[in-house]
Amino acid sequence: MRLNAFIPLFILGLVSVGLAVGLTNDPRKLPSAMIDQPLPDFNLPPVRAEENGFKRKDIDGKVALINVFASWCIACRVEHPTLMRLSKENRIALYGVDWKDTRSDGAAWLNAFGDPFIRVGEDQNSKLAIELGVTGAPETFVIDRTGRIRYKQIGPITEDVWTDTIEPLILALENEAAL
Amino acid sequence: MKGFTKTVFVTVLCLVSVTSALAVLPDEILSDPVLETRAREISKELRCVVCQNQAIDDSNAPLARDMRILVRDRLVAGDSDVQVKNYLVARYGNFVLLRPPVKPDTIILWFGPLVFLVIAFVGFGLYLRKTKSHSIAAPQPLSSEEQEQLRDVSGGTS
Repeated sequence: MRLNAFIPLFILGLVSVGLAVGLTNDPRKLPSAMIDQPLPDFNLPPVRAEENGFKRKDIDGKVALINVFASWCIACRVEHPTLMRLSKENRIALYGVDWKDTRSDGAAWLNAFGDPFIRVGEDQNSKLAIELGVTGAPETFVIDRTGRIRYKQIGPITEDVWTDTIEPLILALENEAAL
Repeated sequence: MKGFTKTVFVTVLCLVSVTSALAVLPDEILSDPVLETRAREISKELRCVVCQNQAIDDSNAPLARDMRILVRDRLVAGDSDVQVKNYLVARYGNFVLLRPPVKPDTIILWFGPLVFLVIAFVGFGLYLRKTKSHSIAAPQPLSSEEQEQLRDVSGGTS
């Protein structure tokens, strides 16, 4: 038995391990360049005409979540019950950005499924979305008291994501600011 | 028959007049042709972050359209090509560039293939040297015993 005969098998093993590692990466999960960057200034018009819209000043000094959603976004319906619960239980200051949507569709969506947000604004032309580096919906940004982006959740906030990632982070940020 | 020729004519006309559709919509195009050309060149180098393997210049995704408009807005505002690209890199990271810059974290991407090529050449060189020493060695002269055998089979003529 020549040892050389095992070389192809060895190479196959190496390639298999490499591919196996590669398969566990989700290509949709992109690194965010905006982590630890200050939240840009913005002033979004309201989705429902009688409301106030959403501007940067609204969250000054608060630990807050900014949720990017849309009526065309199916995954947003998945996370919506979680957002409604968090809002009812007053767990976090929750703000909404209705992205690339018409006002009437956005308003109908909020009326149909409920409105968990303190303030909601609409961003039809991606002005704020591009500032934030949004690549899809839903995406949720965690903002600290000094107005910096500390975390970006890509995809729906499920109960697991909330208890494992976002809630601990928010508690840490609230303590951080109390010092 | 006349109707048939007409049909063929119209069909052929339809086929030859087809060109690939532009993703850039008429309302996006700038009136200044110089700026528009620059915008097109920049857009070809920027990735559509929704579709991921298309440039925003040929993507129909709504976000790609918004990014094309942003590129044009910034050019009109007086930004240089590099400033426009940096603006998007600051928000989306190097990922937004279809041609990634050479940086410590992209060295494997840029020079990995070259390393494999070198390994392949070295391996092939070693293989060639090995086979050469085995098979193309100069033939040994016949021993006296072999010469005797040769003489026997050839009928003693040599």
